[in-house]
Amino acid sequence: MATLPRIVITGVGLTAPNGNTLAEFRANLLAGKARIAEIDVRHMGKHPAGVCDFDATRWQKRKEIRNGTRVGSISIYCSREAVVNSGLDWETIDKSRVGVYLGITEHGNVETENEIWNISQFNNDTKYWTHHHNPRTVANNAAGEVTMNMGITGPHYTIGAACAAGNAGLIQAAQMLQLNEVDVALAGGVSESIHTFGIFAGFKNQGALASHTDPAKASRPFDKNRNGIVISEGGAIYTLERLDDALARGANIIAEIAGWCINSDATDAVLPNPDRQAECVRKALERAKMKPSDVHIISTHATATSMGDIQECIALRTVFADCPRTKINNTKSYIGHCMGAAGALELAGNLPSFQDGIVHPTINVEDLDPECAIPGLVINQPVSMGSVDTILNNSFGMLGINSVLIVKKYGIA
Amino acid sequence: MNKDDVKSIVLDIIRDIAPDEDLSALKHEVRLRDQLTLDSMDFLDIVMELRKQHGIEVPEIDYPQLASLESCGEYLLPKFKAKGK
Repeated sequence: MATLPRIVITGVGLTAPNGNTLAEFRANLLAGKARIAEIDVRHMGKHPAGVCDFDATRWQKRKEIRNGTRVGSISIYCSREAVVNSGLDWETIDKSRVGVYLGITEHGNVETENEIWNISQFNNDTKYWTHHHNPRTVANNAAGEVTMNMGITGPHYTIGAACAAGNAGLIQAAQMLQLNEVDVALAGGVSESIHTFGIFAGFKNQGALASHTDPAKASRPFDKNRNGIVISEGGAIYTLERLDDALARGANIIAEIAGWCINSDATDAVLPNPDRQAECVRKALERAKMKPSDVHIISTHATATSMGDIQECIALRTVFADCPRTKINNTKSYIGHCMGAAGALELAGNLPSFQDGIVHPTINVEDLDPECAIPGLVINQPVSMGSVDTILNNSFGMLGINSVLIVKKYGIA
Repeated sequence: MNKDDVKSIVLDIIRDIAPDEDLSALKHEVRLRDQLTLDSMDFLDIVMELRKQHGIEVPEIDYPQLASLESCGEYLLPKFKAKGK
């Protein structure tokens, strides 16, 4: 098999419930600052949720915001910021060679619920159903809004991959760059899930919706008293390029994509399968030509459900049984579960470790569940490793989709 | 209700659907699309808001009647009056 081009990250744009830039996000992760609000969910009352407060008008006209979707605004904000951060000369690059690949958990529920409510105010007469419904709900909406806002004429689509979608967007982009389909990719994951009551009701009736008197403590992966998921919105989009192209333009290389794997449990719609998760991790390591002990940080997917956290810990114990240097953390404890954006945001939160050598902890662990007491788990206080060269990012989703992405500091053999 | 009242209603709708536009110097006799960045979806928004807010129906064949603020006033005034407004 021919040697494929190496792919690097040269820009990051994000919005998380606790930060609208990577610097702000990282500072809050190191300071242990969660930011979870309590929102009024239609039909359901108040629930904890991660809400982003980026300024959509920074990159969109008010009419664009009105006609588009929330996830479209998130995607545009993150994409624009990723390009700025990359230092690309956006005005002169060939927009037909730019691709947009965005992971999503689901799409269309927000608009559909809104319209059902809307026509209920008019005796359910469908002549009051908005003509904006179809462009707002097509599955490519998030990526398509980015192309229209930024004048990108290359390919765009979304990758539906449940909560594994953030990694899946990045993997798709890396593959398209390697195939020379595009020269620049804007890729990652996005979510507007907090604006649909259906996801709250679904998780609640599944016994998997978090609650706590203090919203900031509601998301608590690995804690013995965890009681479910805090649903959040957000986005993280990266500028990806082939290494040679990035070097040629003197780009700042943030990280290199080292390996990945996506596989399927093929067992249960909601209960993760640790055997398949472990297999996914091993295959990603194999592609990266790494041993488990080469991984310095494992960014876990754990969502604070009773079984999901344990299943992931089983998988990690299996693969990383003898890796004393490897540290393990979790970012959902700060920002909740950003669904399609989760994997992409959690990777972003860890990337500055390549510069500062610090591993941010998982917070809100007051009573560590013995079944989640895996060696190397960084709890409540950051840990300095001195140097961090590799990050393995887990992101798993319903219907048994597993995604693992490994990135390394550029220049590491 | 008179024609100016109708035009004011239409202007309020346009203000909502095209919030970036400066409507202060809008010429009433000139086609809206020649003065504002409005596309076909925006005109459907005007039709929808007339329906939702005022119970006014504009059949598709009559859409050209909404071309300018003046023509909106001419066309819509009888419909508002028929609603007892």
